[in-house]
Amino acid sequence: MNALRRYLDKIKPNVEKGGKFHFLKSTFEGFETFLFVPNTVTSTGSHIRDAFDMKRGMIMVVLALVPALLFGMWNTGYQHFLALGVEAGFWEMFWFGFLKVFPIIVVSYVTGLGIEFVFAQIRDHEINEGFLVSGMLIPLVMPVDVPLWMVAVATAFAVVIGKEVFGGTGMNILNPALTARAFLFFAYPTKMSGDRVWVAGLEKGMETVDGYSGATILGQAAQNNDVFVNGIGEKFSAWDMFLGTIPGSIGETSTLAILLGAVFLIFVGVGSWRIMLSVFAGGAAMGLLLNAFGGNALMDMPFWQHLIVGGFAFGAVYMATDPVSATQTERGKWIYGFLIGVLAILIRVFNPGYPEGMMLAILLMNVFAPLIDHYILEANIRKRLKRAKVQA
Amino acid sequence: MSEVIKIRRGLDIKLKGKADKIFMKAPRSKTYSVKPVDFVSLTPKIVAKPCAEVKVGSTLFYDKYRPEIKYVSPVSGIVQKIVRGERRRIIAIIVEDDGKDTTETFKQGDPSSMSREQVVENLLESGLWPTIKQRPYGVVASPQDQPKAIFISGFDSAPLAPDFDYIMKDMEKEFQAGIDALAKLTDGKIHLGLDARYPAAKAYENAKKVERHYFRGPHPAGNVGIQIHKISPVNKGEKVWTLKPFDVVTIGRLFLTGKYDPSTIVALCGSEVEKPVYYKLIRGAEVVSIVKDNLKQENVRMISGNVLTGRKISMEGHIGFSDNQVSVIPEGDYYEMFGWITPGLKKFSVSRSFFSWLMPNKEYRLDTNVHGGERAFVMTGEYERVFPMDIYPVPLLKSIIVEDIDKMEQLGIYEVIEEDMALCEFVCTSKTPVQSILRNGLTMLRKELE
Repeated sequence: MNALRRYLDKIKPNVEKGGKFHFLKSTFEGFETFLFVPNTVTSTGSHIRDAFDMKRGMIMVVLALVPALLFGMWNTGYQHFLALGVEAGFWEMFWFGFLKVFPIIVVSYVTGLGIEFVFAQIRDHEINEGFLVSGMLIPLVMPVDVPLWMVAVATAFAVVIGKEVFGGTGMNILNPALTARAFLFFAYPTKMSGDRVWVAGLEKGMETVDGYSGATILGQAAQNNDVFVNGIGEKFSAWDMFLGTIPGSIGETSTLAILLGAVFLIFVGVGSWRIMLSVFAGGAAMGLLLNAFGGNALMDMPFWQHLIVGGFAFGAVYMATDPVSATQTERGKWIYGFLIGVLAILIRVFNPGYPEGMMLAILLMNVFAPLIDHYILEANIRKRLKRAKVQA
Repeated sequence: MSEVIKIRRGLDIKLKGKADKIFMKAPRSKTYSVKPVDFVSLTPKIVAKPCAEVKVGSTLFYDKYRPEIKYVSPVSGIVQKIVRGERRRIIAIIVEDDGKDTTETFKQGDPSSMSREQVVENLLESGLWPTIKQRPYGVVASPQDQPKAIFISGFDSAPLAPDFDYIMKDMEKEFQAGIDALAKLTDGKIHLGLDARYPAAKAYENAKKVERHYFRGPHPAGNVGIQIHKISPVNKGEKVWTLKPFDVVTIGRLFLTGKYDPSTIVALCGSEVEKPVYYKLIRGAEVVSIVKDNLKQENVRMISGNVLTGRKISMEGHIGFSDNQVSVIPEGDYYEMFGWITPGLKKFSVSRSFFSWLMPNKEYRLDTNVHGGERAFVMTGEYERVFPMDIYPVPLLKSIIVEDIDKMEQLGIYEVIEEDMALCEFVCTSKTPVQSILRNGLTMLRKELE
């Protein structure tokens, strides 16, 4: 595409300092580096570099989210038609879901990237790729009928307060996508929880079949039901929960799709298997502990079932593994992940106000991650000092 | 003494253009150069000004802060010019070769029968002292110091590095003489690190007064810094000295003949070289003497040293004083459309996000393109995979960036120099300039403490 390259080279001087469009420099460079990997060569240090960069890394995560996204779109349709009591074909369900989900994705990316472009220009930096992933994560943790203006406000909040005020990509303490979700959870709680937000149309008073309930599995457990049924009273099997034909946030339901993404992320070396494994281990451990005591439906929920319902798997694979907000030492990742798993189940079971504990568990551990790293580093420092004393 | 130390973390970068094991004699250059910039933190004071006549071994300049440390000419002739850079910093001193090789004479004899002071003086006068480097910092060692030990890595694991077992063939006597001299300089041991994968050169196997250690693993197993860490790590307040194996041979020749022998062996390598072979030439030779009519194209990057830590030189430039390798790779100054989403069969990455992972033994023709823009630290765990030391690399770098001297010390900066963290820079997704950050930290620390 030499013609395109020549055109870009021709208009480039206009965005440099002194040029008429200097205020658009970061935006221009953002689009330019999207189209072309820059021709910068090494000038200090190593003369060759790994071909992998942030853009490649982010794209890997977006690819890993595609199974969950596609299934989520289909499931949105499936749940909707189930509630209506209407038979619909595979593509009809998928198309319905696509029409519901795609606008949310557009709003998320446009709001987020727009704000990022502005901040980059003010700072005279290149636009960072961090939002390429957050922009896809935010829609996937939303209930399907979330008003689009809420998505925009939450995204703005997450990008500005959750990321940019700390210095941008790489500097944030909290996971940006979860910050968006938590913002909505606390600011508009009625729209984020309950029996009517998880299936498209219920909020707007759509006419459903008789006796329909759009409660999620965790919602039912919180009511102390110990048999989990779908909207029309059919019992959910473990396979249903694993496959994801259950109500929930758009991308969280299919453990299968999430695991496919997990395998991909681990294989290409982007996702931390230590965090993923330890989150599941922590959740299982807490689940087992609660099973030992028993008492109500939530405590009696088999430990393995905790891992395949709600946002647990999605959080474990895509949220907890965000490298910036997690612990940065390999050893710390085991502790961090394990505590997330433990806390998520703990919050789920014991706090009636938060049927989904995963989001809060991750945000809480985000805050404690630097502390975990601090003690691991201290241990390393003390080991070195001790070695010096022994030698002396 | 003969247990094998396994290096588990690291990375072997397989590049095209390994030098064939043939020795060729390079033609004499018109000029030869000694470059103060090749020596860490050196401020030179010129002795031989332009038009001065010099012999092999005549002092060209000395260390301003340690005047006893001299740097000498590798050929006889006339000083042609002094190349200066920014703010009149001296980059190189160029000597025009008269071909006669008239040489200064120094002390000849068996180092074992000399005193420490005599050995030190001989090394200082002959300009061979600067081959002895120190950890921490990687600067030239101070003659007054008593190092805890001396370390020599007998092999180089960097990409396309020369095979020292091949180079050191037939150099048993000289190597031993060098070791004898070094043995006088320390009360501690002389440690020799060897590659466990291959039978070592006779010079290494038969050397006396050394303790041999065998290492097996990917690069940076051949880095002396890594070997020191595994054998006897450097603590705060301690000093150890390091030498390259060929420099030990040159030292040996000094004591055996009483002369400074400036000859060396350089492996010319890299994907852009037509005939990559081992050249016998004189230190500081013009690079054109080995690359003339030997390159596949013009838009190349010539590096004195290896692709991870070497110094860029131009076609008019000279090979570095202690370098045994010149690498020539293509420049990467091109735009690649959607390069970050292509399948990338020709791209090399430690991640498996390019389809090149399907061919694990492939040799690559890598260029100097950075492949992305510089970003803040985002990914975690990637440095640790290629850094086989019990040091946390990212917190160390962060402590340097915020200029926290105490933290730098506590986190182990004394044990590393740039070459030990070069692979971290290679794999960095955020394209962080790791080596320059580390050097800033070392310079900062040295200034604080000395």
